[in-house]
Amino acid sequence: MRINLSKKKIEDPFIAKVEELSNQNLLACYQCGKCSAGCPAVSQMDILPNQIIRYAQLGLKDDLLKSKSIWICASCFTCNARCPKGINIAEVIEALRQILLRNREDHVKVEKLTDSEKGDVPPIAIISNLRKFTS
Amino acid sequence: MKVSYYPGCTLKNNAKNFEDSTICSLNKLGIQVEELPRWNCCGTVFSLATDDLIHHLAPIRNLIRTKETDSDSLMTLCAMCFNTLKRANERVKSDPESLDKINTFMYRENIKYEGDVKVLHLLELLRDEIKFEAIAQQIVKPLKGLKVANYYGCLLVRPKEIGLDDVENPTILETLTTVLGGDPIDFPYKTECCASYQTVDKPEIVAERTYHILTSAQSQGADVVTVSCPLCAFNLDHRQKETIKQYPEFKNIPILYFTQLLAIALGCPEDTLRFDLHYVDPKPILKEKGLI
Repeated sequence: MRINLSKKKIEDPFIAKVEELSNQNLLACYQCGKCSAGCPAVSQMDILPNQIIRYAQLGLKDDLLKSKSIWICASCFTCNARCPKGINIAEVIEALRQILLRNREDHVKVEKLTDSEKGDVPPIAIISNLRKFTS
Repeated sequence: MKVSYYPGCTLKNNAKNFEDSTICSLNKLGIQVEELPRWNCCGTVFSLATDDLIHHLAPIRNLIRTKETDSDSLMTLCAMCFNTLKRANERVKSDPESLDKINTFMYRENIKYEGDVKVLHLLELLRDEIKFEAIAQQIVKPLKGLKVANYYGCLLVRPKEIGLDDVENPTILETLTTVLGGDPIDFPYKTECCASYQTVDKPEIVAERTYHILTSAQSQGADVVTVSCPLCAFNLDHRQKETIKQYPEFKNIPILYFTQLLAIALGCPEDTLRFDLHYVDPKPILKEKGLI
């Protein structure tokens, strides 16, 4: 895959925003890959958790914000528990979701959910889904 | 002993089997369960974004309700409620500025929250206060010959700062199974995520996880799998319907709350087990083992 790096991207306020919302130091990551090795969701992801951190360090905003991965992560916190540098990867991914949600770009459209999608699941599923996937 | 109890949204409907079996079990152990008056939804997920204080209000309000009953601790059963209430509590305890803002926002509350309520999961109450040795003495129907795979999921054990047992290899449920006279089965997927709320818009992902988690337990000889979260219960039990469609070789396995096994061992009546709420019927295997 071809990735274009630029000074402009690295200086984009996006990186500071991700660090602020997640309260994490992105540059602490040394790409050991332990987060991706233990992540139960990688088979559905287009950008793996360790790559998400690398992309964020490099300011690759567009690639991150259009990735499937940020909506596949279910905040199970396995990556956080295993990171040898103490980075909370789940919080970084939450920051990326928040950047979109705060611009009203909902991932789940409530009005498009069918009666069976809404009615067959317990309240705990609906509430948590809408808390994570809508603004 | 009295305990303040926070049920949460799903314990009153889909997970009534979790609530009824727990209340009967605790009554058998001499505990009076007092449901919090005027509780509200905890929000189900802890807000991870640093500046998002508004979503900590719901859990903190429940802790204020607890103080209104002159109690200093709050027990919950649902793993998601436990995680959300406890993390919000830890967050405000370690961040006085946020606590101050939250209290100011809730200026109409009569009590100012000071981080002084302890959030407990039922398993902690059983292990640390009632004690497993005391439970062992109350067993009237040991789970003899029942092979139990205990599934912890995510939120009882992670993050480790609030988890109630080892973050990678928790064993509290295996210990409890042994106390109840059953045979605990170890399996590598016991703390692997079930895909949680993805069940609403991406049920196929849940079916894939359910397949891997349950076939792993079955490969170790499990008769049943226990859970402690109503969302895990829905995903692992009711989503077996979708799992079979995606994986035709998959064989159904009953999913129980650990409290249903506790209730059986303590001699609770069958109507507290509410098997009508299950997708895969646990009765055949429990009858075969002479437990119901």
